Amino acid sequence: MNALLHGRLTGLLALGAVIAVLPAFLPNNFYLDIAILAGFNAVVCVGLNLLIGYAGQISLGHAGFFGIGAYASGVLVGTYGWPPVLALLAGAVFVGLLAFLVAKPILRLKGHYLAMATLGIGIIVSIVLRTESGLTGGPDGMMVEPFRIFGFELYGEKVWYWVVGVLLVGVVWLSLNLIDSPMGRALRAVHGSEVAAEVVGVDTARFKVMVFVLSAVFASVAGSLFAHYAGLITPAKADFFKSIELVTMVVFGGMASTFGAVVGAVVLTLLPQALTVFQDYQQIVLGGILMATMVFMPKGLLPTLAALIPARRRA
Amino acid sequence: MNMLATTDLSPDMTTQARRIGPPILQVEHLSREFGGVLAVGDLSFTIAAGDIHSIIGPNGAGKTTLFNLVTGVYKPSGGRVLFDGADVSGMAPYRLAARGMSRTFQNLQIFFNMTALENVMVGRHLHLNTRLLPALFRFPSLVRKDREAKDRAAQLMTDVGLEKYIDADAASMPYGALKRLEIARALASEPKLLLLDEPAAGLNATESREIDEVIKTVAGSGVTIVLVEHDMKMVMGISHRITALNQGRMLAEGTPQEVAANPDVIAAYLGAAP
Repeated sequence: MNALLHGRLTGLLALGAVIAVLPAFLPNNFYLDIAILAGFNAVVCVGLNLLIGYAGQISLGHAGFFGIGAYASGVLVGTYGWPPVLALLAGAVFVGLLAFLVAKPILRLKGHYLAMATLGIGIIVSIVLRTESGLTGGPDGMMVEPFRIFGFELYGEKVWYWVVGVLLVGVVWLSLNLIDSPMGRALRAVHGSEVAAEVVGVDTARFKVMVFVLSAVFASVAGSLFAHYAGLITPAKADFFKSIELVTMVVFGGMASTFGAVVGAVVLTLLPQALTVFQDYQQIVLGGILMATMVFMPKGLLPTLAALIPARRRA
Repeated sequence: MNMLATTDLSPDMTTQARRIGPPILQVEHLSREFGGVLAVGDLSFTIAAGDIHSIIGPNGAGKTTLFNLVTGVYKPSGGRVLFDGADVSGMAPYRLAARGMSRTFQNLQIFFNMTALENVMVGRHLHLNTRLLPALFRFPSLVRKDREAKDRAAQLMTDVGLEKYIDADAASMPYGALKRLEIARALASEPKLLLLDEPAAGLNATESREIDEVIKTVAGSGVTIVLVEHDMKMVMGISHRITALNQGRMLAEGTPQEVAANPDVIAAYLGAAP
């Protein structure tokens, strides 16, 4: 228990330290902006990793939940004048309910069927956002008001960097707590063997639904804050390609590793920026890197690197 | 060649009259077919609380199907299962577990993505706070009970002789140890009725004897055991009663001596015409 606790705190402190010192090495707001985007992706990926990496389920529609959160904030604050915090919470509650309703039937599905069903949800969300142009601005997207709370207005990369940094540390903390708890073990047991989990009393359907809802709510909260940060949201943030990108980040970083999900999100947010030197061949190089990683590091980046350090185990 | 008749019976079961406990599991006219093929047909028997009750039969006799029907993994095509007097036919396994029924598997069902200790700790699921908010925010009460669960799981692993694997990853453990890990995990849920599906399959003689001891100890602590096993030496040595199946139907039932002497049972095993 001590070792585990130790591991959890060490990891959190390391993450906090990196976040704290990083701005000193970032020359301007362009880099800060990339760091913020990486942070938003990391928040979603930590939640998605609970579903994919730990519980062994798949979602190809998580960008849809991110998008609903983003548009809930955009529409409720911009069109209806809600306080941003309330809009964020309303979006999260709505996404939670939606995820709960769809999870009940679809989590009975396995493998490809679950992938197809979640894919469908993502596509439906993205179509609704595109076609309900009266509310959402359609394919061109909509402007979003800044985030105001207690008379303060969160504005600019320097402020948002810390908001996202604190959010990420908080989400990682929650995730580490969950994994090292009876519910976390139940989730991993669902991944390991559903029937074996059932015969010692784990209501596997309930836990699959819960983790699906939780990861969807993480995505929604990230989406809401992102909308306020970016000031402009488009349906592209909720579409199929974004969902695939999120899953790729989780798998690339290392499944069933919370810090792996963070690393995956950060690396795959930075990589396309770094690869712009290849200009027209950027996508090909990116695809090549992803394929090579999966071939040579099937467990993902962080677990593979961690295995190189003997006698040290990650939480 | 007649493995049934030549097996020695342990004296405590042949000489002493045992007090027969109340029925804990009653199977009534239970049937299950798969695409028209009858795996279990019109099977009825009763298991008394406190017994070690073995189910034997040649391969394909329906033993594992019977286990899956009793533990809710399959739904019966007909008939019913009573556990502690209540009709639990087709009830989900996790609900049966909450009522005090657990099992192990013929083909191992281990959580290979966890450590051995965590496998057993999952067995404590019913006795822990498994709600979301206390887990996310690490409520002190949850942490305290989890620590107790960890100690208890470690104790159970020691009880079944797995103390050296406590910190091991389940994926790194040998087959024989995994068999015992499944028993420890099932015991962690504190079942009243434990169904063991071929716990000695694939084990060498020494390991078989160790499993034998574990089963006796568990039964001695008041847990009713239903045992499916091909190791006749083990079955004859530890069972209070035996039900013999063949092709999904009841062949014989009784004490080990009665079943071993039953001509139908001998015929089914040796393949002679009845």
